[in-house]
Amino acid sequence: MSKGLYLYPKWIRFWHITNAVLFLILIVTGISLQFSGLDEPFVLVSFKSAVSWHNTAAFILVLNYVLFIIGNQVTGNIKHYRSNSTTYIQDLIRQANYYRRDMFRGEPHPFPVTEESKFNPLQRFSYLLAMYAGMPLLIISGILLFYPGMLPREIFGVSGLLIIDLVHDATGFLLSIFMVIHIYTCTLGSKPTTLFKSMVDGYHHDDH
Amino acid sequence: MKTLKNRGLILLALLAGCLFNIQLFGIAPDDSLVVRWKDINVFYEDNEKCLICHGEAYYTLSDTVAGVSQIRNMFQDYFVNREDYYDGVHKSFSCTDCHSSDFISFPHDVASRLEPRYTCIDCHGYDENYAHLNFEEIEVEYSNSTHAKVENFSCWKCHDPHSYKLIASEVTDVGELVLYDNNMCLSCHANFTEFRLLTDREEINVVSKHEWLPNQVLHFESVRCIECHTQISDSILVAHMVLPKDKAVKNCTECHSTDSRLMSTLYKFESREKRQNGFFNSIILNRSYVIGASRNMYLGYISFLIFFGVLTVIGIHVFFRVIKAKRK
Ligand code: HEM
Repeated sequence: MSKGLYLYPKWIRFWHITNAVLFLILIVTGISLQFSGLDEPFVLVSFKSAVSWHNTAAFILVLNYVLFIIGNQVTGNIKHYRSNSTTYIQDLIRQANYYRRDMFRGEPHPFPVTEESKFNPLQRFSYLLAMYAGMPLLIISGILLFYPGMLPREIFGVSGLLIIDLVHDATGFLLSIFMVIHIYTCTLGSKPTTLFKSMVDGYHHDDH
Repeated sequence: MKTLKNRGLILLALLAGCLFNIQLFGIAPDDSLVVRWKDINVFYEDNEKCLICHGEAYYTLSDTVAGVSQIRNMFQDYFVNREDYYDGVHKSFSCTDCHSSDFISFPHDVASRLEPRYTCIDCHGYDENYAHLNFEEIEVEYSNSTHAKVENFSCWKCHDPHSYKLIASEVTDVGELVLYDNNMCLSCHANFTEFRLLTDREEINVVSKHEWLPNQVLHFESVRCIECHTQISDSILVAHMVLPKDKAVKNCTECHSTDSRLMSTLYKFESREKRQNGFFNSIILNRSYVIGASRNMYLGYISFLIFFGVLTVIGIHVFFRVIKAKRK
């Protein structure tokens, strides 16, 4: 089998594994903070260690995110996140239909991977949303919570901290859900492990 | 010409006199205040006999026989601020309601100066008018507190009867309550001049002692010292059993959890309604947000639903993939 297209250069693989590990740490410690006072499985880490682990992991996550943004811009990898398709919505539906129905009928992938377009429409949309909307919101609200003194005491009669915390919790939660779906869809290669292998060695091993 | 000059001088003198008067007027209490105080307290004139010295930063000590007099500083502990007094809980009192009428002679005689002083319980204890405040229990708690071990400590160190205001039961802004109460502690614990009058202990640096606390300023603004430094009390509104420093709460989840300690301390008054709009400990939200304590129940349920919904969809997808793989 040929090595295939080289889609995931070293910097992406470095960014991605760091991001994934930090996400796992942030989820475990974040849940421990949110549900403090309850027992396992909610609270796996004591409140005090959860605070310091969450803060440290978040700090590295921010640096890592900056690396991602700069890297994407400099290397041109950002082109995979953009689309100039005039049938954006229809493409999304077509890809969803593939996962829902067509793949069980043995039909081929509707959007084969090319050097110009490594993501299918659903991947492109969800990665764009996660990386350019979810992450900034998560990071900004996180920084505000880290410096709570900067927040207004009250916004329309409600504690400023409460509002920012709700934003942070909600984006954190939605990104975690994104991660679960993301990991699952990554098992939808020609073999369940194919895509994970790609993220390890950088090459696209599929035949589509 | 001369008369004109004289007139000028007279005018200047008048002007200076006016300015001087205005200045004097500024020092003396505002007339409208005096009217209000007289309204509040029928003993106002009597009290002035004491406050003429005790209400001022300086007083005049005179020896009428030798004809010598000197201006002296009024010792801080014996100073009574009129504005605070007529604003405090004991505003309608005459000085001699609590202090011997023998104090009227000056210099005060030793016998009256050594007279035992009242403590809160002497007036407020075992009285059904104050039963709701449970002063008897406060007395018991206080006597078991570290403060009681300090010689010369008394209720008055924190609750000056000449200025005390009811805050805990009346204030609507929790921030105001926190500020008032913390200042009570800090007036000694962050003021070594006061602190060393009561103890031989070394100076405490409140800020560096609490360095371990994340977002220290926010904590200090949002909760009272006594939240962590007293034993929780069910029978009284404000716990009085101040604990030794090694017994202070250091475990974050005592407050940062749904059964937050703050609900039986700082938010005790309002804590009757426990949950509003699905928020645990919603009353805290009126002013602050305590991570771990102010979780929203409904949002919790929705997230569980979404999470398990996603897992179910994934499960169904896996199921069909397995079937398809078997058919091959
Ligand atoms: C343990 C957790 C994770 C695993 C196992 C995993 C797995 C993978 C795999 C196999 C790929 C390559 C296939 C593809 O391009 O779709 C990939 C790509 C990607 N993943 Fe993840 N992922 C994880 C966590 C995350 C998280 C937390 C995020 C973001 C918040 C994320 C964002 C991305 C993005 C943006 C790409 C495309 C990168 C590019 O080539 O530009 N992943 N992931």
